[in-house]
Parts: sequence; C-alpha cells; structure tokens
Amino acid sequence: MDQRKNVSQILKALEDRDTNLVLEDPIENYMVLNIGPQHPATHGVLRLLVKLDGETVVDCVPELGFLHRGYEKIAEACSYYEFITHTDRLDYISPLANNVAYALAVEKIAGVEAPPRAQYIRVISAELARISSHLMAIGAMAMDVGAMTVFLWSFREREKLYDVFDLFTGVRFTTSYTRIGGVAQDIDDKAMQAIKKYIDEFPKNLDEIRRMLNRNRIFLGRTVGVGAIAAQDAIDIGLSGPNIRACGVEYDLRTFSPYLVYDRLSFDVITEKEGDCFARYMVRMREMEESVKIVRQAIDKIPSGPVKADLPKKVLPEKELVYTKMEEMIHDFVIVNDGVSPAVGDTYVATEGSKGELGFYIMSDGGGNPWRLKIRAPSFYNLQALPIMLKGQMISDVVAIIGSIDPIMGEADK
Amino acid sequence: MGKKEIEKRLRSSFGEAIVSVDEINGQTSIEVKCERIVEVCKLLKEEFKFNYLSDLCGADMLNFEDLSARKAYLAIEHGNPPKSVSHEDRFLVIYQLTSLENKERLRLKVKVDGDNPVCPSVTSVFKAANWSEREAFDMYGIEFEGHPDLRRIYMPEEYEHHPLRKDFPLMGVPGSLPLPRK
Amino acid sequence: MAVNRSNESEGFLTTTVDALFNWSLKNSLWPMPLGISCCAIEMMAFAGPRFDVSRFGAEVFRFSPRQSDLLIVAGTVTYKMAKVVRKIYDQMPDPKWVISMGVCASSGGMYRSYSVVQGIDQFVPVDVYVAGCPPRPDSLLKALMVIQKKIQAGGKVVPELEQDKILVE
Repeated sequence: MDQRKNVSQILKALEDRDTNLVLEDPIENYMVLNIGPQHPATHGVLRLLVKLDGETVVDCVPELGFLHRGYEKIAEACSYYEFITHTDRLDYISPLANNVAYALAVEKIAGVEAPPRAQYIRVISAELARISSHLMAIGAMAMDVGAMTVFLWSFREREKLYDVFDLFTGVRFTTSYTRIGGVAQDIDDKAMQAIKKYIDEFPKNLDEIRRMLNRNRIFLGRTVGVGAIAAQDAIDIGLSGPNIRACGVEYDLRTFSPYLVYDRLSFDVITEKEGDCFARYMVRMREMEESVKIVRQAIDKIPSGPVKADLPKKVLPEKELVYTKMEEMIHDFVIVNDGVSPAVGDTYVATEGSKGELGFYIMSDGGGNPWRLKIRAPSFYNLQALPIMLKGQMISDVVAIIGSIDPIMGEADK
Repeated sequence: MGKKEIEKRLRSSFGEAIVSVDEINGQTSIEVKCERIVEVCKLLKEEFKFNYLSDLCGADMLNFEDLSARKAYLAIEHGNPPKSVSHEDRFLVIYQLTSLENKERLRLKVKVDGDNPVCPSVTSVFKAANWSEREAFDMYGIEFEGHPDLRRIYMPEEYEHHPLRKDFPLMGVPGSLPLPRK
Repeated sequence: MAVNRSNESEGFLTTTVDALFNWSLKNSLWPMPLGISCCAIEMMAFAGPRFDVSRFGAEVFRFSPRQSDLLIVAGTVTYKMAKVVRKIYDQMPDPKWVISMGVCASSGGMYRSYSVVQGIDQFVPVDVYVAGCPPRPDSLLKALMVIQKKIQAGGKVVPELEQDKILVE
C-alpha cells in the first residue's frame, strides 16, 4: 500500500498544476523525469516516469492507457465477422498477422477448417507481415540511436511491400484479408509473380542495411551490453517473441504448437545468448531471412483449389452467387445477422505474431456475438520487462532499449 | 505428462478445492476454489513445470445463458449446457499456463463473488501476473490480495466505474471523463 | 491566423508585402506530427522517400511544439490523451493550423466506445479534416495543399475553398 501511495504521489505531482512534491525523504538526491506520452522516441503513446540519480536510472514506472480504445467491450457488441476489421488495428505494423491469428481462434471454437490453399496463403501473408514489422522495428531503432539513413532505406522496402499487399488484398495497409473459413479472395498469377519478385530482390536490399549497421562502431557501442535481461527473468515476466529468443530460450509458437502448415515447412528458430539490445537486433535481422525461406517454400508447395471452406451454415458464400441463387442468399442473410454461432465453450489459441505470442481467448455463449474476447497482446507483457531492463542504465539508453523491445501501443493498450 | 496424471495429483493433494475438470476442443480447463489458487499454481509450477503464465483475464458471467438452444433451426450441436449462475459466482478469473519444456497448455478457472470480489494474487508465483491483475482490477473491480501495486492501468486513476462489467453501457457514463475546454 | 489586414485600407505596398509573407509562410510550414496510432505510419510514409513532403517545404518534422506551426493529429484520441493534445496545441505559437488526420481524430472513427473522444473538434479548432482509415499519404498531401491555399488567401473567404474546407477525400 505504501508503494502504491508513493507512485500515486509521483503521478499526481506531475499533473499540470503548481504542486509541491513531498516525498518521504526531503533530502533525497533523486530526480523524477517525465518522458511524456508525446515523444518522438517512445514508439507511440507510452509515458515513462524515471527516477534518476544523476544520469543513472534507479527506477522506472511506465504508464499505459493513452490509446485504450475499449476493444474487448466492442467485441461483445460485434459479431465475429465484424471484429475482423478491428483486429487490423491491434498491431498496426503487421495487420495481416493479426487477421490470421483471429481467424484461427474463431475457427477453432466454431469447428471450421480452412482448405489447404487458404492455409498456404495465410502462411505467406503472415510471413510477409513479419518482414514488414521487423523492417519497421529496425528502422525505428536505428533512427532512435542516430542512424537516419537506415530508417529511410527500410521505409523504401516497406513501400515496395505495400505495393505487393495492394495487389493481392486490395489495400495498402489495414487489410482485413482473412475470413472465417478461408481468405477473402484468391492470389492470382500477377500477384504471385510480384511476391516472387519481391522475395528474390529482398536479400540484396537487406544486405545493404546489414553492411551499414552490423560492424558499425557507434551502433555497437550504443547497443552491446545495454538493457540485458537474464533468461530466467524473461520467462518469469512473460516475454515472448524475438525478445525472449535473444536470451537463449527457444520459444517460437510455430514449432511449439504448429498451426497452419508450418509443420510441413522447414526453417530454423533463431536464438542469441546475451539478451541485450544488439542480440534482439540480430534476432530480428536473421528472422527476416528465415521468413524469406518460408515464403519461397510456400510458393513452391501451394496447391490449387478453393480458398473458402465449403460449410454453408458458417462460412459466407461468394458474392456472385448471393446475388443470383436463392439458397446462398438465405445463408448470407442468416450468417450476417446471427453470426457464426459456435457451440458453448471457450478456447485459447496463440500464434506467433511479429512481436511475440499473440493469443485470443474466446468464450462463447452459443450466440452470434462473443461473450468474452480477451486479446493476449505481446507488447503488454514485453513492456512489463522494461523496469527490469532499465535498472542501472543511463538516461540516454532508455531510447535504445525501448526501440529494441519494439512495443506497439495499439496492442498494449487494446 | 498426461492430463490424467495432473488431475490425479491435484485431487489427491487438494481434494475438495478442485471442483471440476473439463476438456473442450482438446484443451483442458480445471476449476479451482478461490482460496487455494496460489498453492495449486505453485504445485503446477514446481512439479509439472508449468513455468510460463501466458495470460490472465477476468470475465463477467452476469445473465449468462445458453443461446444455442434458440438456434435449433440452424441445427448446431449443443455444447455442455452451463449451470445457472448465481450472484455469488458472478466473476471468473482465468489463468492460461504453459509448460515450455513439455509443450503443454492448461487453463485454470476461479469463481469470484459478485458483491465483494476478492481473490488471492499469484504474483508471488508468476511475476508476469502483475500487470494482468491490475487490468482485471481496472476492468472488473476484482481486488487481488497480496498484489504489490494494485491501481488502475488503462483508465485514469480518478475513474469510478469498471468498464467491462455487463451492466456498464458501451458508450460509457456521460461526464465521467472530463474534456479540456475549447 | 495568417497575416490578415482586411480591416485596414489596402494600399499597394501592404498587399504586396502581405502576399510575400503569405507565400513564404505557405512554402515553409513546419509540421508537428502528433502520431498516436495507425495513422502515424501513413504519416511516416508521407514523410518518406516515395510521397515526398519535402518538395512542399515541410520536411522539417520538429517534434517540439514551440518550433512548429502545423499540428497533424494522427490517430485515435482518447479522453486520457485529450488533455495532452490540448496542451500541445496551447504550446504552439501563433499563427498555427490543425489537420485532423483520419476518421478516428475527426469523428471517433470505428470506435464508438466509452474511452474514445468522438472528434477532436470538441476541444481543438480544426482547419482541415482528412477522411480515410488510414488515409493514403496522397490525401494528406492534398490536405497540406488546401492549407496552403488558405494561407495564400490570407483570411479572405475564397469560394473555391468552401467545398474543400470540410472534407478532403
């Protein structure tokens, strides 16, 4: 209770009034610095209260909630199909990965399985989304540390990727591409050629960034040994994704509980040992190469066939048939109005999102809207590790550490 | 480590505190009485190596009813029909545990009273539960005993309501959050 | 707002000097990007190498409100964040303009819930609203051009802008 009062005092004192901050020890040498919600380097709206002893960080209290949009309450008012567009805006750097995770969760509880072609298409989308997210993470981290050029290069690559997304989903950015039982539309040949071309040219462009940063004395000086976290601490605090793999723990949901068709594709799980900022950067760089390998294999192995499951009572039929045939129109009407209506029960499905373990816990009451939908956001748990990583570091390392954790406030705040 | 072994061991150690064990869609969920949850978690962490807490959430079961009975014309299979929910069991706290070594998952459920929602905190066993319990407190009002720092995490600290309860409207209570003047 | 002397008698020298000031103002707007959520990514793309904003003179993205004159609110504004947005708007020196980017900032967007402000014009005066979720960087460039036209007009009502004033698609 005492600590709670202390933190509340700190928060209240930094409100916009002239107040006298009275802490327990009036001769304290510590200074409380507010790295406010609007800051170029906090990767979104994160507020940090850091207690400083000179330039060394003694303690840190993150404050979330500046982007709390009420997703879980909205989910209880939407049907399962209507929520697909909301899932785009969770981890807004890689919207396709969130769509895939949500569709898998609803399919598990509704008892629907997507056809093989749709599963391969989902794997390709999820891996391209992972490349886009890691490019952004590396670009933003490099810009925070001082390398502006890398930011512009990674944005150039992301623009090419947006063109590819535009070809097969129709949208640059917030795609809403997956549906319950499959994907919205098929990838035609032109889009497939564009993906192949992008994948063939990408390793060369990634090499440019690697040559700029990997052995750069300034970059190494700012990231090696900074913000280290031990493996046991990482497991205790709930880290996941590239952050925990940089500590040496091999926890990747694509091999832990294989979903979609990942058990038929061969790839490595990248780990590093030190757990500092440089290790997290290296894990992300090498994971992009693994994603390229996965997409290449998926393009070679993709079968032909339908992209939506053939369950008329749960999966939306094709639009052309809805306008011409009677049965499809009735099914469309029933599914849009009443929803998917899974059986009563609950399920938790976790997938490897770009930032870590992205999980959906859905409790169904048999009706068209979920009774409870909980989003297990990886950035929420990754940010919990921030006070551990910041203890004892200098104030100028705060920016590098936040950049290497790569939080996205859209999913941390839900 | 099969689920049967876990169930046997838990029932032999805790007896009446394990209320039921269900399996839906291949996922096991164990309902535990509120007072013994910390010991159950400790046993699962030490003996069965469930060392990673994936998620912790709350749920409000006010007026929960099985709607699938009304959808007979869609011919959907009925799941396990839920028992009627009294006011004493209004809130649920749900824990998702993961074992990194054995590649297994397990779910624990705890029923919490509606009028005085108090539940022991598992932060002594899993440090990852810290912010999740704050979120459950913020959204539902469930107080966790033994939590080092229980205050709101998403809504501003002066906010008086608990948004995710079923009797709270979607658009909120007008005037409960102040806006700056133009 | 912009240099505006419509009340005084408009001699030849003052109108030319006015026009010169307005021309230099509009070609060197320094934006203050308040990137809150997904629209921030499209705003970064708007500053990136493809939809180059530096050809409009606005590539100096100063993250300090004291040194900027165009506030771009990009993203969903919640009640908790509204105080911060208003404080930043107050800290900017005159003359200043505000672009409300995306539907979330203009009207609450797809989030009709208890914690999202349904439109930032409830507490900040807005000049241009940009629709889209998120709007393409081209739309944001059009919004910038509308603000430039507004500055050039110097406070006089321009009929061709009346239609552009409300919604830029």
